[in-house]
Amino acid sequence: MSNDFPNRKDDFPIFKTFRELVYLDSASTSQKPHSVIAAVADFYKKKNANTHRGIYKLAEEATEAYENVRDLVAQFINANKREEIIFTGNVNQSINLVAHGWGRKFLKQGDIIVLSEMEHHANIVPWLRLKEEIGVELIFLPIIEDGRLDDKILMPERSRRQNSSTLRQPADRSEKKIDVNKIKLVALTHISNVLGTINPIEEVTAFLKKQNPGIKILIDAAQSVAHIPLDVKKLKCDFLVFSGHKMLGPTGVGVLWAKEFLLEKMDPLFVGSHMIKSVTKEKAIFTDLPEKFEVGTGNLEGVVGLGAAIKYLQSIGMEKIMAHDHELTQYALNKLQALPYLTMHGPQTADNRIGIFSFEIPKVHPHDIAQILDNRYIAIRSGHHCCQVLMQTLGVTATARASFYLYNTKEDIDRLVDGIESVKKILKI
Amino acid sequence: MSNQNNRGDTLYRELILEHWKNPQNYGVLEIADIDVSDVNPFCGDEIRVTARVKNNKIAQIAFTSTGCAVSKASASLFTEEIKGKTRKEIQTITSQNVLDLLTIELTPTRRKCALLIYAVVKRFLSSAEKVDELRSPK
Repeated sequence: MSNDFPNRKDDFPIFKTFRELVYLDSASTSQKPHSVIAAVADFYKKKNANTHRGIYKLAEEATEAYENVRDLVAQFINANKREEIIFTGNVNQSINLVAHGWGRKFLKQGDIIVLSEMEHHANIVPWLRLKEEIGVELIFLPIIEDGRLDDKILMPERSRRQNSSTLRQPADRSEKKIDVNKIKLVALTHISNVLGTINPIEEVTAFLKKQNPGIKILIDAAQSVAHIPLDVKKLKCDFLVFSGHKMLGPTGVGVLWAKEFLLEKMDPLFVGSHMIKSVTKEKAIFTDLPEKFEVGTGNLEGVVGLGAAIKYLQSIGMEKIMAHDHELTQYALNKLQALPYLTMHGPQTADNRIGIFSFEIPKVHPHDIAQILDNRYIAIRSGHHCCQVLMQTLGVTATARASFYLYNTKEDIDRLVDGIESVKKILKI
Repeated sequence: MSNQNNRGDTLYRELILEHWKNPQNYGVLEIADIDVSDVNPFCGDEIRVTARVKNNKIAQIAFTSTGCAVSKASASLFTEEIKGKTRKEIQTITSQNVLDLLTIELTPTRRKCALLIYAVVKRFLSSAEKVDELRSPK
């Protein structure tokens, strides 16, 4: 590793427990540093009480610890106001909140929602339900051969990739001009959890907002929040969603950021305690932001753990994390491309891509690759990665996927390559 | 995690590799009394079984699969096992019997791969019941 990015495995207790472990499944969930584990334990040891409305000191301290993280998250993504940060359970819950609270309330039959073929099920299924319920139309932006977004369908005169052919061209996609005035929402993943592609979100949003300022933009930042600096002002988006557990935090904490005026108009997904001003036998009056969307007792220690995760990331710096990822990505691409029998999905250069690699060995099922790698203490994922629409585009049922994070090293990639080489030997092919 | 190196490679012993590379009964019967499919929701792998019933017995059986080596080898071994058997005979087969055919130790996740064929055949038995009724002499 380069000098300015030391091996960080010592910060992560799991690598002390399993010294041989090569963990290459961070796109699924990240490992947790000491500081996050300690923050969760410390909350229970020193601050445990229910938040808000407590008069005693302990409850005030618990509330302060929880609410401080809201400030930290707002600062981390450059949000205008702390009230724009809503704690949810995960990305799925955040998107469901937008689909229900905003989509169901304001969209009508014939309105268009633009997605892409590389979306995670979290950013497809809630919209499919809206399609069934109110008849919105879903349009999936195709991807081109190198695993990048083909946005010329939206940006015809700016087609930067005219020479690239789309992977699959069904009849209904034939250069159909979309009525930009009917587009109400564009919901895109910032980084594909299968291909590693970083989508040109800023270009897409700037162009669309110029065409039709009414279009709302939702960014699924599940992968990007952990790997690149995020700034909701630069991204010019309206909604941004992510989970804490992919960015070193505990599982069970997600975030929805949305512009204040949108949150004010939105309906809560769940109603009950904690999110009300007053309740009578006739009526409940909901409280103000952000509590309006946070029903019941929250995941207090999880939120506090997320705060510790953000502090850990900030202590290194997102720019440095991105540079380290880029270095690993370049190294891994060189090594993996040197294996002639490997089919690699996703961009074949390190530009605008992170260290997520989906690959196949012809005639070998990804489960068998993952099993043989596991026998060598190398943890990768195999399957559809909650992206069945993308699998259909790629023409496969599953892929093997190795994904890196800040604790991974070039040695881990060497072990991965050795492991892949052994697959052929074990299976005698 | 055990400390034994390369543990689990024995999964891919000759029997499994042989049935994976050259599965028995692989394909689709053009004329079939039974045609059932199923998907492993964890990985999206699909399996399809077609069969002909004659004299209350499985006369012909074929499968196709997009699954892993364990799943394919298991389907190959299991379809061989039930060929020529009656519905009642097949009904006495337990999931453990299927795992025993493979002669390997499987983790809970991989057991699902091995038992996908068993799940499909269980469903096919309920449709076989109807075929039996159709074909049994009045």
